[in-house]
Amino acid sequence: MNAPIKNKLLKGETGEWEIVIGMEVHAQVLSQSKLFSGASTTFGADPNSNVSFIDAGFPGMLPVINAKCVEQAVRTGLGLKAKINLRSIFDRKNYFFPDLPQGYQISQYKDPIVGEGEVLIDLKDGESIKVGIERLHLEQDAGKSLHDQHPDNSFVDLNRSGIALMEIVTKPHMRTSEEAAAFLKKLRAIVRYLGTCDGNMDEGSMRADINVSVCRVGGYDKFRADGSFKHLGTRCEIKNVNSMRFIAQAVEYEARRQIEVIEAGGTIAQETRRYDSKVGETRSMRSKEEAHDYRYFPDPDLLPLEFEQSWVDAIAKTLPELPDEKKARFVQSGLSAYDASVLVAERELADYYEELAKGVDAKAAANWLNNEILGRLNRDGLSITDVPVSAHANNAIIQMISDKTISGKIAKDLLDIVWTEGGDPRTVVEARGMKQVTDTGAIDAAIEAVIAANPDKVEEVKAKPKLAAWFVGQVMKQTGGKANPAAVNAALKTRLNLPDEG
Amino acid sequence: MSDLISMTLAEARDAIRAKTISSRELTGAFVSAIEKARPLNAFITEAGEQALAMADAADKRIASGQVGALEGLPLAIKDLFCTKGVRTTAASKILGNFVPPYESTVTQNLWDAGAVMLGKTNLDEFAMGSSNETSAFGTVINPWRAKNSNVNLVPGGSSGGSSAAVAADLCLAATGTDTGGSIRQPAAVTGRVGLKPTYGRCSRFGIVAFASSLDQAGPMTKTVKDAAIMLKSMASVDAKDSTSVDIEVPDYEKLLEGGIKGLKVGIPREYRIDGAPAEIDALWTKGAEWLKAQGAQIVEVSLPHTKYALPTYYIVAPAEASANLARYDGVRFGYRAEGVRDITDLYEKSRGQGFGAEVQRRILIGTYVLSAGYYDAYYSRAQKLRTLIKRDFEQAFEKCDVLLTPTTPGPAFGVGAKTSDPLEMYLQDVFTVTVNLAGLPGISVPAGLSENGLPLGLQLIGKAFDEATLLRAAQAVETAADFKHSPAKWWSV
Amino acid sequence: MSVDKDTVRRIAKLARLAVPEARLEPMAGELNGIFQWVEMLGEVNVEGVPAMTSVVAQKLKWREDRVTDGNQADALMINAPGSEDHFFVVPKVHE
Repeated sequence: MNAPIKNKLLKGETGEWEIVIGMEVHAQVLSQSKLFSGASTTFGADPNSNVSFIDAGFPGMLPVINAKCVEQAVRTGLGLKAKINLRSIFDRKNYFFPDLPQGYQISQYKDPIVGEGEVLIDLKDGESIKVGIERLHLEQDAGKSLHDQHPDNSFVDLNRSGIALMEIVTKPHMRTSEEAAAFLKKLRAIVRYLGTCDGNMDEGSMRADINVSVCRVGGYDKFRADGSFKHLGTRCEIKNVNSMRFIAQAVEYEARRQIEVIEAGGTIAQETRRYDSKVGETRSMRSKEEAHDYRYFPDPDLLPLEFEQSWVDAIAKTLPELPDEKKARFVQSGLSAYDASVLVAERELADYYEELAKGVDAKAAANWLNNEILGRLNRDGLSITDVPVSAHANNAIIQMISDKTISGKIAKDLLDIVWTEGGDPRTVVEARGMKQVTDTGAIDAAIEAVIAANPDKVEEVKAKPKLAAWFVGQVMKQTGGKANPAAVNAALKTRLNLPDEG
Repeated sequence: MSDLISMTLAEARDAIRAKTISSRELTGAFVSAIEKARPLNAFITEAGEQALAMADAADKRIASGQVGALEGLPLAIKDLFCTKGVRTTAASKILGNFVPPYESTVTQNLWDAGAVMLGKTNLDEFAMGSSNETSAFGTVINPWRAKNSNVNLVPGGSSGGSSAAVAADLCLAATGTDTGGSIRQPAAVTGRVGLKPTYGRCSRFGIVAFASSLDQAGPMTKTVKDAAIMLKSMASVDAKDSTSVDIEVPDYEKLLEGGIKGLKVGIPREYRIDGAPAEIDALWTKGAEWLKAQGAQIVEVSLPHTKYALPTYYIVAPAEASANLARYDGVRFGYRAEGVRDITDLYEKSRGQGFGAEVQRRILIGTYVLSAGYYDAYYSRAQKLRTLIKRDFEQAFEKCDVLLTPTTPGPAFGVGAKTSDPLEMYLQDVFTVTVNLAGLPGISVPAGLSENGLPLGLQLIGKAFDEATLLRAAQAVETAADFKHSPAKWWSV
Repeated sequence: MSVDKDTVRRIAKLARLAVPEARLEPMAGELNGIFQWVEMLGEVNVEGVPAMTSVVAQKLKWREDRVTDGNQADALMINAPGSEDHFFVVPKVHE
């Protein structure tokens, strides 16, 4: 399944290196209220307005778990084809920080709600690889500190404090920056299909920490064979990479940095680093004296989280069709694997496509979507959710192309009209006389007119049948683009006695 | 006046219902008793004015025929319960002038039943102590003094302000919290009743947390019947506390009737400890005889892991406390140190200056036992010991309905007598702490006086959520002991 | 195992407690006394014994996903030693 290893190697001064990448993704759970309090999860509220005394760690406050967040975690686990643990434990992770009001984060340490699973990722060259999921656990998000409001002070806003997060941890199964980016894209698609996270990286609803290490060629295969991390290099964690674009850059930079350090005779210290997108570098975040010791222990304010398999089964029944299944179905309907994977990357796009492709050729629909609709959206800076012409209307256009009511060229003009002016495509075609001319009388008349005006060209064509295209163009012009090109071709051949393979 | 304040909760309730006294009269008597008793230092915050206003409101309700279970009855509240708009300190400097914008579930239940709040009672800082000497607001003085002595004694702890207030007739009853014995031990050394209910019976919402898996609120009263009345109102099923148990609260007062004929009382042999005063042992034997005389059957039982309870407790409780007390960081409420360099300095100085010595010691113990490399040896092992200790009780309760033990290893001791050695102080909880580790209900009943004239208590331990049987047995001890003693009111002369 | 001065300094740092230098040594002594006493737990064979996770037989309560709390920034700030415009204010944090 793995492509030739060559394209996954980085060349250093002393030879070639393999990159090994694992990821920890924090995905904010879609819910009305927080994981352990009844405060709202709405983004962008006034400072400290979505805060209960529980979220602010006031004396005597106690956590009570939100059923929806548990359900969302299970749902996500099912979407990752993962083991759902019917009993899990909430622990306290102890550390001091102004945006951590309790002085500990309620998280899951030894016994997470979701165990091992997997995500299939598609790469550009058609290669498909499996990335193992180590675990998924529920935890509280922290608040936010603003550092740029005042020269000497930081301002603490706890609106985000206590919102449920799913921390999704992968196995170190990615080998290139492209795979890392593809994984995150795929994970984002899955949680968005499931409706468990909005995947909005700008608002921080999805954040990735990337573990990067390098090893000599062959180390990774040994690791896969016996599972021992000793075959891999020391990893560094790049914190909070919050854009798809930066993932590839951060990984590339970090891998090259590690190779340089090792090749210069140094060793990699296991540490947390931050990617600075302005300069394109990763930088060490914490000084060594600040050794972390989180002192995890089960939160005595909460009992073990337990539920029945039957509840999990009931959730499984409500799962939507996920990207992989959808892609398989699209491929079966005639799309290429590449087209299908592009379409399923966004649930809205896939939904739009399905409406668009109803009763028409799948490939034609996909081409129309890719070339015409996405092209225009891109031009206008819009996303698929803002497309001004409905899938249903576009479906009508495709139908009119396929039943030859309009030509492909006219169809593009038609889309431009309804794109800017609105209206029902069929009505517009009628009203503006855009129908394709298939009436041979009209075409013959146009041909005669062109021949009459260009007698010299007729002789040329007879000598060089390839020049027939010029005549077709002229006839199309004559008919205002409405003539059916195939019909024009056929009529011309007859009229000018051209051989068939013209 | 002194008649009014020496009434039991039940007597006062009946008098108010019969309209022979008003809540205002009764409350006024307590307010002035509290003022006179300031030398005892039982209260951190007196709320006289508010109490009178609450009393007036209660009298109005009584006049209109709306009479709650505790209508118009003045109570004292341990200053660990958050009370909306009334300063709550946990007897710590670190809470500064914290005024909670919310009410604890237990106190809300009391006010909903019509009770009146007289004030907030002193305690060991964050309930960590057995003598009330760790309070940032000064030591509470036990109303009791030894025969022919005017040496100040401690009122026990951590609910020492509450025990002193009940013993000195400064309230009809008080609330306490019990993490390792903090209700039962102070009740025993002040000659009053103290009940720690089953873990999960009273909500912990709004109570400043010490050790979450052990903390439980309960009443401190003059009689067993009063404890039954108080518990009925304090207890509830609370959606705001995940560990509050979904079992309906029965009418404990009604369930007091019926006697103890046929009740099996277990005597755990491991509670006979070397070096315990003979008078403790003698009282314990006497207690068993009292119960036997009323028709109970005495059986010897074994709780083999008893001696490990105290060290187990001193791992589990500090570990939980080290995390529970992390929120006191000088950021959102409470004390903030001046002149700090940066955020870490702010944390370290605020906490270093805001917490007292004992609290700091326990935070350090807790931090250590949870730290990398020590978790398995300490915390994990202690939680396994807890499982064994709980199993001991489960096995014992196959043979009996309640257990009878002493409450404390001795009577009240002098102020400062045990402050130099933390271990010696910790031993105060040797008989009470097992109950917290197993989550069971326990009650201390005044049973007699020591040789030097100080009160001693006997402890009864019940099955989980069987407070009714526990209270019935306690009442049998109370009846037989016929403990009518009260301290001389030396402070008000 | 025994607790020394440096250990006390380390755990005090973890617990964010400013323990004066002069207190480190005596504190190490006190803690050692306590830990020596606690060592007795080592006598007990705990193999196969589950660590206690809940002292009473009770299922965790689940809350419905509804917004029932919040919109009380004023009340959150009344006890704050430093606040401005509904933010808690602390000395500049360098991340």
